[in-house]
Amino acid sequence: MDLFGSYRNTFRNGIHPPENKDTTNGLPIRQFPFAKEYIIPVSQHLGAPAQVVVREGQEVARGQLIAKAASYVSVPIHSPVSGIVRKIAMVPTLSGSMSEGIHIEPFPYSGQEVAEGKPIPLDTSTPEEILQAIQDCGIVGLGGAAFPTHVKLKVPPDKKCEYLILNGIECEPYLTTDHRVMLEQGEDIYTGIRYLMNATGAPKIIIAIEANKQDAADHLTRIKPTDLPVEIKVVPVKYPQGSEKMLITAVLGREVPSGGLPLDVGVVTVNIATTAEIGRLLPHGRGIQERVITITGPAIKKKGNYLIPIGTPLRFVLDHVGIAEDIAEVYMGGPMMGVAVSNLDISVTKGTSGILVFGSKDIRRSETVYPCIRCGACVDACPVSLNPSKLGILAKFEAYDKMVEDFNLMDCFECGSCSYVCPSHIPLVQYFRLSKARYKRHTALKPKSQDA
Amino acid sequence: MPKLTLNISTSPHVVKGLSTDTIMKHVVLALMPAAAFGVYVFGTGALLVMLTSTVFAVATEHLLNRWIRKNTTVNDYSAAITGLLLGMCLPPAFPLWMTAIGSAISIALGKFIFGGLGCNVFNPALVGRAFLQAAFPGAITTWTDPFKADRFFNVPSSVFAWPFMSPVVDGVSGATPLSAFKFDHVNSQSYDLVMGFCGGSAGETSAVFLLLGGIYLAWRKMLNWRIPVSVLLTVLVFSGTMHFLDATRYPSPVFMVFAGGLMLGAIFMATDMVASPVTSTGVWVYGAIIGILVVLIRLWGGLPEGVMYAILLTNAISPHIDNLIRPRVYGTLKKAKAS
Repeated sequence: MDLFGSYRNTFRNGIHPPENKDTTNGLPIRQFPFAKEYIIPVSQHLGAPAQVVVREGQEVARGQLIAKAASYVSVPIHSPVSGIVRKIAMVPTLSGSMSEGIHIEPFPYSGQEVAEGKPIPLDTSTPEEILQAIQDCGIVGLGGAAFPTHVKLKVPPDKKCEYLILNGIECEPYLTTDHRVMLEQGEDIYTGIRYLMNATGAPKIIIAIEANKQDAADHLTRIKPTDLPVEIKVVPVKYPQGSEKMLITAVLGREVPSGGLPLDVGVVTVNIATTAEIGRLLPHGRGIQERVITITGPAIKKKGNYLIPIGTPLRFVLDHVGIAEDIAEVYMGGPMMGVAVSNLDISVTKGTSGILVFGSKDIRRSETVYPCIRCGACVDACPVSLNPSKLGILAKFEAYDKMVEDFNLMDCFECGSCSYVCPSHIPLVQYFRLSKARYKRHTALKPKSQDA
Repeated sequence: MPKLTLNISTSPHVVKGLSTDTIMKHVVLALMPAAAFGVYVFGTGALLVMLTSTVFAVATEHLLNRWIRKNTTVNDYSAAITGLLLGMCLPPAFPLWMTAIGSAISIALGKFIFGGLGCNVFNPALVGRAFLQAAFPGAITTWTDPFKADRFFNVPSSVFAWPFMSPVVDGVSGATPLSAFKFDHVNSQSYDLVMGFCGGSAGETSAVFLLLGGIYLAWRKMLNWRIPVSVLLTVLVFSGTMHFLDATRYPSPVFMVFAGGLMLGAIFMATDMVASPVTSTGVWVYGAIIGILVVLIRLWGGLPEGVMYAILLTNAISPHIDNLIRPRVYGTLKKAKAS
């Protein structure tokens, strides 16, 4: 089964965009000031939106539950501040759709102490209790996807978790949050690892770090508790190595089957900042109220890594750090997979790993789209070895069935490498997002039309 | 908050910055040394042929775009490449009116009717040349001797031949190394071949300058180096084997690689991105097929040169190569099924 052995320590293809991490990777995490108002959308993770359990006019403490998990694939939300619930109304979100949201006005003179919950003992808790606690703390993947962590950690009875891989890759350009977390929250990471080992039963732990964060790898090696079976693995820098599947291939040489999950090859991956959050919150039974965010980009004045309460309005964040006169684009997340913000009235959520601001002169994107010249740059970039050139042509002809059935469209995880390298500036990954959505809608409609 | 309107764009928000027109411009640039050398060796005639070819290619592209009421696409430089390549693979004393027709055919029938840039099945320049080969077999095999003393001041009269009148062939008409070998079994000096001090098409003779251009493009990642390497290696190995078996009948592999239009074809024509496969493995196969066809035509065919037909034929099967040779998709065990 060493069929994939030749890909050890790396994965096929990929790209090397300029890293642009130097301006912020040396800046320690700083606490962000409190805003005048917090707007907390109940839908900020994948899965069912949380259900509001407070009413307008109610006083809440920092860390208090304000919305409970609606189902298994859902997490609760805790108040980021001590204050008063002013309004519960529809609020805009990053995706452009509206979500129910809770407006909280902080008490101006509050010490903002965090409410303590029921501590979760490390040694005496069962895996189920730890998973429940992780859900109760509202923890989601902090790398950006915001998938509820407890769902990912649940090992089904017929599967076994051989390796727990902690993702400290942070392959997105500009972002330095995981880098700073590894340097500053090493103790929390190791506490988190103990909880994760208990929850998954994983006998071996690998912390995977890209070579541009050697200092973080050295630091974690230095403070590593001797009793933990942790290996710290430094891998060469390449985008999109932070993607779960690419990471597993780079670290273990195993390939997650098409359409499968990491557990199909005996692996669970967790983001490093998520691990630190688990290590910090579970011993106190607290809910997640803040997260580390890299605020950077050419149009930002005070670039840095900030610890920002969830629900802080983006407008307040940008006012505080200062922006250039002619800002043109604001992204939440990294420049490769992040989403362009259409509205500064949205707020920071659990999935916000970075806030990037570009001025109009900083955008190098060309408006001219040339025809595909079949140069093959996208083919050499695609980490899952698809043929984006062919898929792009098929997308124009709306041949969605052919794209999925003959050209493995569904294996595309939208990393954007193809669009990045395309000399004809064809928005390939956007075509693929659309095609997938159209295909799904089309196949969802099929059985219904047969029934009718 | 100074400004409230934000652009919305889809990710990725950063790009590599390489552009199709930049690639095309650099290809033109990389062809320049070999073209200039052609002018140096063959004189003003070669210059006029290459200029006419380029100008007519660009003009045809522009007019055809005007005709179908589309924005002109001459700014992407692809028509200029087609024109220049055609000029470089024509005899230095080729009549200009024929050059102009060939150039227009290249763009119109080689590229435009397929849908323009990105849709052509064949290398457009070679489509034009194939037409000229069929239409004017005499003129296209009439060669000029290199380094004629009066080459810069005395343009061969055939160049300015009146349209549809047979060109007046100049008194002394040389042969190319390939035809000399094919028909008279005369071997050329390797040094002259490598440097380009021999008869041939206007811009195909200097292996050194063509190689330099190719290396530059490959270094800038604007050319798939696997194609020329695969073509040249195949020719070297195949013709080397034949030479080893019967050295009197078959020329040396060095001669085969450096003579004729192989360098120009392998480096600048087989590498036409549109008409070549997209995968690395596919490209190796594609190059090997071209190499085999070149040797087959040169050694056993009726023509002394086979690069043009070898590339055109392999262009035609390039989509099939892409369909048959696909990399294994991540997470799947068997190769994706061919459609």
